[in-house]
Amino acid sequence: MEEFSKGLWKENQIFVTILGLCPALAVTNSAINGLSMGLSTTLVLILSNFLISLLRNVIPNQVRITAFIVIIATLVQVIDFSLAAMLPAIHKELGAFIALIVVNCIILGRAESFAAKNRPWLSILDGAGMGIGFTFALLSIGVIREILGNGSLFNIDLFGPNYEPWIIMILPPGGFFTLGFLLWLIAWYAQKKKIRTQTENK
Amino acid sequence: MENLIWIFVSALLINNFTLTYFLGLCSFFGVTTKIDTAIRLGLANIFVMIITALSVYALNRWVLSYAPYLQMISFIIVIASSVQFVEMAIKKLSPDLFKALGIYLPLITTNCAILALALFTTNKGYGLAEGLVYALGAGLGITLALVTLAGIREESRLLDIPILLQGTAMNMIIAGILSMAFMGFAGLFSSH
Repeated sequence: MEEFSKGLWKENQIFVTILGLCPALAVTNSAINGLSMGLSTTLVLILSNFLISLLRNVIPNQVRITAFIVIIATLVQVIDFSLAAMLPAIHKELGAFIALIVVNCIILGRAESFAAKNRPWLSILDGAGMGIGFTFALLSIGVIREILGNGSLFNIDLFGPNYEPWIIMILPPGGFFTLGFLLWLIAWYAQKKKIRTQTENK
Repeated sequence: MENLIWIFVSALLINNFTLTYFLGLCSFFGVTTKIDTAIRLGLANIFVMIITALSVYALNRWVLSYAPYLQMISFIIVIASSVQFVEMAIKKLSPDLFKALGIYLPLITTNCAILALALFTTNKGYGLAEGLVYALGAGLGITLALVTLAGIREESRLLDIPILLQGTAMNMIIAGILSMAFMGFAGLFSSH
């Protein structure tokens, strides 16, 4: 269970290890885009962790990175085609960023640091945990940007016609600002918690 | 000719890969502590991008029109092997340059900007000349963004930044302001 839950918060790949930033900022101009990107990545992460873990004793050590990336590229191509066939609207919205899941550092990172050393079952749990943590991060960035930049959430109008949207939040700079302020909040929370445990120990 | 200039300026400033498309952010935040390393990484990027543009043109022309489902796999293999090849060639031809680029050369394989360049060139249907100009503009644009952020970070070491904001949070906000500045270039070539 520890393998699953560590990815949700303690080792959250976006907020704590700061990996996989490109998709986290590029497609999160609305909550629904963030959610669909997160779920696609989670699916690739679970499948690639599982396959790599199954093959971990077959792949020679010298060519492992190449082998991993070929496995990941194949999976992403499958997801790309299935999204294009089943959800063409979302596929069009995410554009090239579905294909760019291949070079998302989180996936190769988990393959190298976890799946290559652990049993398939544990690797699936690890992939699911990391993926859900990633989806949560993308969703929260997407929700903030959509509410501020468009005055809506999941395309439902929140504030009525008198709301003046902050257009900047759905444009590229808004992505940087949102993540910057989220990291600030997290640092503030971590410091508060540290001070609290210190005073309790005294 | 006008078309080529437009492609170049667009990739360099208006649709800057780093600040507008959010590509290659890992290296953008990871290695921009010094201007010197930022310039080297930028040069390595330009180099690999031009090689990629050439190979993507060849692949699209002779392979992928028959087997489109091989797109992602063939792109990533071509990028990985061309980085490897470029590394060997530079090591043989110019040991000094090899030393200067160091670890950044192999790391470019996993830089999403390179794969994105391959995909964008394909999606836009660029020919050989257009693809090369696009690669050059994108590479220079990344170098520009890297060097600007590195310069600001070098200066900001002397500033009194609140402890909670230090590190990535501050870099994000700096990058946001830079990105806002680059949005101003959108007015160039407005007739198109």
